[in-house]
Amino acid sequence: MEAFTTHTGRAVPLRRSNVDTDQIIPAHWLKKVTRDGFEDGLFEAWRKDGEFVLNRPERQGATVLVAGPDFGTGSSREHAVWALQNYGFETVISSRFADIFRGNSLKNGLLTVVLPQETVDRLWELTEADPTAEITVDLQRREVRAEGVSAEFELDENARWRLLNGLDDIGITLKNEADIVAYESRRPAFKPRTAPV
Amino acid sequence: MGRTLAEKVWDAHVVRRADGEPDLLFIDLHLLHEVTSPQAFDGLRKSGRQVRRTDLTIATEDHNTPTLDIDKPIADPVSRMQLETLRKNCAEFGVRLHPLGDVEQGVVHVVGPQLGLTQPGMTVVCGDSHTSTHGAFGALAFGIGTSQVEHVLATQTLPLSPFRTMAITVEGELPESVTAKDLILAIIARIGTGGGQGYVIEYRGEAIEKLSMEARMTICNMSIEAGARAGMIAPDDTTFAYLKDRDHAPRGEDWDAAVDYWRTLRTDEDAVFDHEVVIDASRLAPFVTWGTNPGQGAPLSANVPDPSSYADASERLAAEKALEYMGLTAGQPLREIAVDTVFVGSCTNGRIEDLRSAASILQGRQVADTVRMLVVPGSVRVALQAVDEGLDKVFTAAGAEWRHAGCSMCLGMNPDQLAPGERSASTSNRNFEGRQGKGGRTHLVSPQVAAATAVLGHLASPADLTDAPTLVEA
Ligand code: SF4
Repeated sequence: MEAFTTHTGRAVPLRRSNVDTDQIIPAHWLKKVTRDGFEDGLFEAWRKDGEFVLNRPERQGATVLVAGPDFGTGSSREHAVWALQNYGFETVISSRFADIFRGNSLKNGLLTVVLPQETVDRLWELTEADPTAEITVDLQRREVRAEGVSAEFELDENARWRLLNGLDDIGITLKNEADIVAYESRRPAFKPRTAPV
Repeated sequence: MGRTLAEKVWDAHVVRRADGEPDLLFIDLHLLHEVTSPQAFDGLRKSGRQVRRTDLTIATEDHNTPTLDIDKPIADPVSRMQLETLRKNCAEFGVRLHPLGDVEQGVVHVVGPQLGLTQPGMTVVCGDSHTSTHGAFGALAFGIGTSQVEHVLATQTLPLSPFRTMAITVEGELPESVTAKDLILAIIARIGTGGGQGYVIEYRGEAIEKLSMEARMTICNMSIEAGARAGMIAPDDTTFAYLKDRDHAPRGEDWDAAVDYWRTLRTDEDAVFDHEVVIDASRLAPFVTWGTNPGQGAPLSANVPDPSSYADASERLAAEKALEYMGLTAGQPLREIAVDTVFVGSCTNGRIEDLRSAASILQGRQVADTVRMLVVPGSVRVALQAVDEGLDKVFTAAGAEWRHAGCSMCLGMNPDQLAPGERSASTSNRNFEGRQGKGGRTHLVSPQVAAATAVLGHLASPADLTDAPTLVEA
């Protein structure tokens, strides 16, 4: 996973709430067996509409998605995170994310930033009025900055540390092998096993 | 202070706890399917890792599998490739797999419980959000992403940060015409698609205790549609009776030890939930969705709501967009909405009880000419049981299609899809835009409402069927 320290880029204001992962990446894309090549599937249905914000020429190359509340609800597909990253997004801002999506994003180095809806509104207004306006997401200082906006955000210390250092969870867990072995030795005998009976 | 059921199960699985770190939890059962696992196996391979506990891991094919001509090669090359990848991965890493054609094949959340692999007090994960289904047994069961699938394959653990607890108490008795599906749709409409966010919900109260295991699974299955991490129901005699003698249930002394332990899995009297919701069961009625998220629902007797009646701006906008997508107008009676397709199936309502319930309404009646009805059992075992009881004959005699087990039209990854603009009444769990096929419009319903709708051609409950079923000579 790549480390995330601070990122500055132009934004895509997405004024929609409850954007579920079926919208982010439709099911037929889930047949792929790799982690890349999902960029064309991102918001596929909406992109058929030439006026959809992602299609606007002034939004090309934008790397910060500013979304409505309850972003990433629905299916647990991690492909939603890969699609956003494959497309070029480095960070997503919303007032509320679905839990599984949030977990997936942080594991892949896509920083999901929770800000109050008033701040999201201001970022929408700013970037709609001026598509060249840039937003900075600073993980070191846990701060989002843009013209006339400076807002702190929360992220738990452990997730922040892993993102800042680009650390792989499995490697970290395997350092605790002795604890896992000890736990396994105390598991009750009645717990099921999957071997055919 | 006492602990809730969820907290008890969590505490019993902590492998390691340290300040400032998420708890490392042991995972008792890991379910796999073809869609969310290929990249995880690939990750293992790249880092030279093995599956740590193949004996706690099991895979089935469900999302991409066709429901017709299952003995022929799968037509879509991409679907075929994904299934072949799962087969290769399971063979290479030594994981038990139930492929298409196998008698234990089916939707992953139907297969786990029916094999007796899902038991009270366990931690169960799967790369699939409806893993919450297994919470019906008093297990802590939740969906995970592909990175976490890889993590569990490699370590049989997951680092997790704590959740909050919510109690949803359903007091009184459900009226006879009201099913578990109606109840959970009403709950989601009440608390919203984000209402459960960050919480593990425990469903309790008289109405819940009276539910069968199948109905409890329907409830827990849709916890995720309220945004919750998981849903749980305390295990009781209904749970134990369901489990007894299943393939993987404990036997002999182990069974006694297990039941003794399972009986302790109840929220303590003095435990405190972070949030509580109380629902009066007796006031509920058959419930359907009109919008494009599962929280946009109403009693069948209501009208399509007027978006301007919402005080909250984002809800209003969401309602406007939903009505436009769904091709509905405010004020239209829900009962007058005509459908083209009826789908009975999925991990929400594809179990034997659901099929029985739909069949009891179709018995001696005909599916309307304007409707195509698909009945897709949740697993091969469910299908066999249904055939044994003659339910398949009831469906086909009524003019419905009886298909092979799988996810099917629940998400339309296989050829079972809605055409653009087509409208369905579906017993599945998601009415998102395009979920059942590009441009398709979905109304979530119970199996009973699905069957009545199929007969009348518009959204309806069994009470709307005024005709007596025609008696057919057997
Ligand atoms: S039946 Fe539907 S919800 Fe259940 S696992 Fe399959 S696709 Fe997912």
